[in-house]
Amino acid sequence: MKERAFIGGLARQNPLLVYLLGLCPALAVSDLVSKALGLGAGVILVLLAAVAAARLLRPVIPERLQPIAWLVLVAALVSLVDLAMQAYLPALRQQLGVYLQLLAVNCLILGLVERLARSRSLSRCLRLAAGQGAGFTLALLLIALVREVLGSGTITLFPLGSFGGVIRVPGLSLYPVRVLSLAAGALLLLGYLAALAGRLMARGRKAEQRSAG
Amino acid sequence: MSFAGIILTAVFVNNVVLHQLLGLCPLFAAAGSRRAALGLGLAAALVLGLTAPAAWALQHLVLEPLRLGYLQTLAFVLLVAGIFRLVRLAAARLAPAVHRALGLHLPALAVNCVVLGSCLLLVPGLSSAWRSAVAGLAAGAGFLLASVVLASIQARLRTERVPEAMRGLPITLLSAALMALGFLAFDRALLANLIG
Repeated sequence: MKERAFIGGLARQNPLLVYLLGLCPALAVSDLVSKALGLGAGVILVLLAAVAAARLLRPVIPERLQPIAWLVLVAALVSLVDLAMQAYLPALRQQLGVYLQLLAVNCLILGLVERLARSRSLSRCLRLAAGQGAGFTLALLLIALVREVLGSGTITLFPLGSFGGVIRVPGLSLYPVRVLSLAAGALLLLGYLAALAGRLMARGRKAEQRSAG
Repeated sequence: MSFAGIILTAVFVNNVVLHQLLGLCPLFAAAGSRRAALGLGLAAALVLGLTAPAAWALQHLVLEPLRLGYLQTLAFVLLVAGIFRLVRLAAARLAPAVHRALGLHLPALAVNCVVLGSCLLLVPGLSSAWRSAVAGLAAGAGFLLASVVLASIQARLRTERVPEAMRGLPITLLSAALMALGFLAFDRALLANLIG
């Protein structure tokens, strides 16, 4: 398991698809690809900073105060990311709305901070956090791609130079499957993805048993 | 907006779970039993009814006059955590039966997006602490409705033959999706006609 700290977060220990952690903001912002990228970047930044800070601060903070200290730490980091985004990417911040602020009580971030604050090696800690953050972002991106391409027939990225930021998918943008861009579509898609992930995991376990036995 | 409008909008149109996708994690954890779902929903409604006016007061009487708007996230997180602590202590002292019934769910909700999210969404748009108390309670009622209905669907599903890969969380997610689809019928125009 040791060398798998980063990769595990992408696949077998994917926080979003396998453990269904951090669902609330993830489902709400996955209707546009640009929102998913923005939130994913926010999660990775907050996660890395929070895990490193918690790991370094743990010897100083009394055991009883730790949960509230982590809460304040994560909320402060989220506020920093929020303010930076308001300053540099105001349009994206507007789209993300309260869901960016809600990262302050995200179960993925708080759970990892709690768990990794006790870990011995800082570098392994950071690799695990990076893996979980990247896995979350990738899964979010996958959901957002499916939802946006089918739900509105577009792929929204960021405007850059002469590129307006929106790619239209020919055919689909005229007759999109509107339901996928609504809340119901998010739940539906995640349900099928979770079933798929569970199925693949079960198959992987069976194959392992066969090769071991 | 009238009080009836606030309540109907919060429960049906902008349902915290089915429209805003908040508070999903504890909801799915409690979907296994109707008792747990009821307890969770009641705890959420109680805490939301207390937190929303407190958050309103904090925002409009403290943060805005002092120009500390950038501390909103931090202040609300601490407020929510503090209110949870108070509710737990009060329930343990005054109503041990309530505490036993709800106590299990309070920690799960304390660091959860449903309370903080509703506060962040509701507070800017409301004009008085009373209105935000009503809106908070109504949002909690919406959460209660969604959690109880979802748990009841799961209870019915237990006697059905669900494909192996879909068992557990996937089928719960799909049930929630179909509920959300049903709730699309309640839109603003319909409610505007009903209330007049």
